[in-house]
Amino acid sequence: MAQYAIFLYAPITDDDVEAAPGQREEHEKYSEVMQESGAMVAAFALEDFSIATSLRGDVITDGPFLESKEVVLGLYVVDAPDLDAALVIARQNPIHHQGGGVEVRPVEGSWIRPL
Amino acid sequence: MDQTAVELAVASAHRDEWARVLGATMRITRDLDVAEECVQEAYAAALVTWVREGVPDNPGAWLTTAARRRAVDVLRRETTFRSKLPLLIESDGPDANGEVDEMTKNEGMAGGRGFEEVSAAVPDQRLRLIFMCSHPALNPEAQLALTLRLVCGMPTADIAQCLLVSPSTMSARLTRAKRKISLAQIRVEVPGEAELPARLHSVLSVIYLLFTSGHTAPSGDSLLRGELIDESIHLARLLRSLMPDEPEVAVLLALLLANDARRDARLGADGELIRLEEQDRTLWDAAAIGEAQQLVDFALPRAQPGRFVLQAAIALLYAQPLTFDDTEWSRILSLYDDLLLVWPSPVVALNRAVVVWKTSGPEMALREVLELEVRDRLARYHYLFSVKGQLLIELGRGQEATVAFRRAAELTSNEAERSFLNSRIAETPLA
Repeated sequence: MAQYAIFLYAPITDDDVEAAPGQREEHEKYSEVMQESGAMVAAFALEDFSIATSLRGDVITDGPFLESKEVVLGLYVVDAPDLDAALVIARQNPIHHQGGGVEVRPVEGSWIRPL
Repeated sequence: MDQTAVELAVASAHRDEWARVLGATMRITRDLDVAEECVQEAYAAALVTWVREGVPDNPGAWLTTAARRRAVDVLRRETTFRSKLPLLIESDGPDANGEVDEMTKNEGMAGGRGFEEVSAAVPDQRLRLIFMCSHPALNPEAQLALTLRLVCGMPTADIAQCLLVSPSTMSARLTRAKRKISLAQIRVEVPGEAELPARLHSVLSVIYLLFTSGHTAPSGDSLLRGELIDESIHLARLLRSLMPDEPEVAVLLALLLANDARRDARLGADGELIRLEEQDRTLWDAAAIGEAQQLVDFALPRAQPGRFVLQAAIALLYAQPLTFDDTEWSRILSLYDDLLLVWPSPVVALNRAVVVWKTSGPEMALREVLELEVRDRLARYHYLFSVKGQLLIELGRGQEATVAFRRAAELTSNEAERSFLNSRIAETPLA
């Protein structure tokens, strides 16, 4: 079994735009399904990009590291036998009909602090 | 008591005590918006109560007690207008709960006591506020706006007007900055020794940026914005009183005073720009120049030879001679050489080129300016073309000078500068 990281991306919106009603619930549902199937290893939802702080050498800047139209919202790590299986999981993510998309990348190594 | 006298007293307490009152109130609410709300209500209450009961001996103490009582009430009412953001983190001193209990215990007390207890426990709350506002994880525009709002207590609409953005833009900028402080958990504290130099530099940069935005307004009708200059000097003085041993702070105050000493001579009767060589030096503020010199004398043996020390020394060399011709250009030039080493900015190089004009003649200076124009991203910097125009006139190349002045007038967003440039174009001989 391999592990894949699935990064959720969405276009940058204004800070004060709240998620449309029901969107968050869709993500919770999706994550429950993955927990039940046993595929989910870890999941992190991030605060919005405007809260980010970036470091390049000694220089601290306000905002995300990359200047782009899309930003990372969060990430999952899932167990899947191969890339196609990981893509099946990734394709079911509600972000696809919420205007965003995902990037799937094999995990090379991992460590999570034991509870 | 007389209404006008009370209004004056409240206005002066607003200027002098805002940061102290807000800082003390934040320790109870641990939420910026709630604290601001309570402080505003305390000032509003002062306007009414002081008419009835007279201005208290210690207005700051009265206001602090009033604002903190309101804060305790808000916490008790369980958060009617409290946001859902995480609480601010304060690292030392009694925790907020302790202070809330203390406030509750002393509920019936008269104005002064609670305040003194707080002052003893947290002598540097204003300083913490200043450091928080200029945290480098906030963008520079937000740092400036937050400092004006939280430390100087300037209303959002006034900040918007000073910094030439719409009130709604400014309000969004402030909201976003406060959200970041809360969500990213930027501490309300004076940084430890290891971080202090870098963080202090960030604080000084905010004050300096505030000053330069007032000294030569980036856009608008008037050359300078007195209220921004006044706030920046007020802040530098406050910081100097809070960090009296810090040479960099003394030097920054010196730099502001030495530059601002010329304020009254820089503008003509109609708000037009008057160049250094034509200014009436009797209008310069000799007391401010003297104070700046004393501050530099204090700081020089103690300070690292950083950017602000050199800038202050340069400003004094411009400010002290009794006539333009007495200016010691070669000393200024060597300070600019040092400044370029610690702060390799093309704008500094351009200012240096102006001094080269005085020490080595216009031809040499023009060569340096032309080099900067192609090399250093100054192709849209109006001051470069203004300098270039003046050098070309000096060299008898009127036609090219006119082209340069036109370019400068196109690029500046400041109306006073533009009309100065237009008058230069008008008087340039084309031959």
